[in-house]
Amino acid sequence: MKPFVTILMLLAGTQAAAAEDVSILIKNFDFGPMNVTVAPGTTVVWKNLDGEPHTVASADGLFRSQALDQNDSFRFTFGKPGTFRYICSIHPNMKATITVK
Amino acid sequence: MMESFSRRETLKCLGLSAGTLFTLSGGILTAMDPAQARTETPLFLQISDTHIGFNKEANPDVAGTLRQALDKVNALPRPPALVLHTGDVTHLSRPAEFDMANQLLSQLKGELHVVPGEHDVTDGPGTEFFARFGKPSGNRGYYSFDMQGVHFIALVNVMNFKPNGLGALGDDQLAWLKDDLAGRSASQPIVVFAHMPLWTIYQPWGWGTAEGEQIAEMLRRFGSVTVLNGHIHQIVQKVEGNIHFHTARSTAYPQPQAGNGPGPGPLVVPPTELPGMLGVTMAARAMPLALTDSTLA
Repeated sequence: MKPFVTILMLLAGTQAAAAEDVSILIKNFDFGPMNVTVAPGTTVVWKNLDGEPHTVASADGLFRSQALDQNDSFRFTFGKPGTFRYICSIHPNMKATITVK
Repeated sequence: MMESFSRRETLKCLGLSAGTLFTLSGGILTAMDPAQARTETPLFLQISDTHIGFNKEANPDVAGTLRQALDKVNALPRPPALVLHTGDVTHLSRPAEFDMANQLLSQLKGELHVVPGEHDVTDGPGTEFFARFGKPSGNRGYYSFDMQGVHFIALVNVMNFKPNGLGALGDDQLAWLKDDLAGRSASQPIVVFAHMPLWTIYQPWGWGTAEGEQIAEMLRRFGSVTVLNGHIHQIVQKVEGNIHFHTARSTAYPQPQAGNGPGPGPLVVPPTELPGMLGVTMAARAMPLALTDSTLA
């Protein structure tokens, strides 16, 4: 019975790695980390720590958050591969990138 | 039939706590006798950055401080007939915030005109903002009107941001502005109001408008121009020829001076100091006159 159990655990382990969220913090008018690479199917979670609201808005319109107040979060799950530039639409000099591959 | 002179507006800044009135004339601040103030008829009130919906440490009760400001204005013997809100009515563009803001601002006796701040249009098209305030401009956001001989121009510079963070009018609005000013008598006083500063105060924080110089060029020939902005939650002024640029305080919370910190966020101050950093601005007609010289050829 042992090998069967081992295989099950291996499979479970792989699924957990793919489902792990990636965290980006919005702090001091910056996205950190500014350039992130994730596997397809990953959910990215942005959290705003600033007293000033920010948004997360992709250049190509793929994802766009509402205005995020302090401690608000926004989640987006990335499907297909690609490079996605985004900004804060309220402070557009805040720029960052997500690469999905 | 020639108008021989035009009249320059002076601006009075009404602090929430002290209630000090002072006039600005040709860029020089002079204290004003309160008795004198009571006999002058205010032309309009500028109110800005009410940020209804904000509730963090810098001011947990922005509706309360707004109410204080409005009560002070309504208590004047001659409340202004016109109210210009230079944007960031709400904090997060939410319907409930617009509801509350409307409820409070409707207590002002004057006719209300509003331009959006970037906090009012965070959804992109500004659906909530234009549902409430879009009528005078046919939902374009920019428009003009005349009152008591003064030409008022409402501009929108928060829906077309440049990559460097500066606000912008966009080509259509710029063309409209040129057209609106064309053929207008240079002796008619002009008041322009928009959310972001129409001149560059501090570019790293986006405190400016990309077409600022072109706009100033269009306004230069007029004898009296007053440019009213908000956005930076503090008073910064510039006088350039006949153009008086002025940003107003917020009724919600102060912001740091340019460059003092990582960015233009809410500035926390001791609660006793807060009222002195919030306020509104009153404008009245006063001497001296704005003189426009012209030659025969």
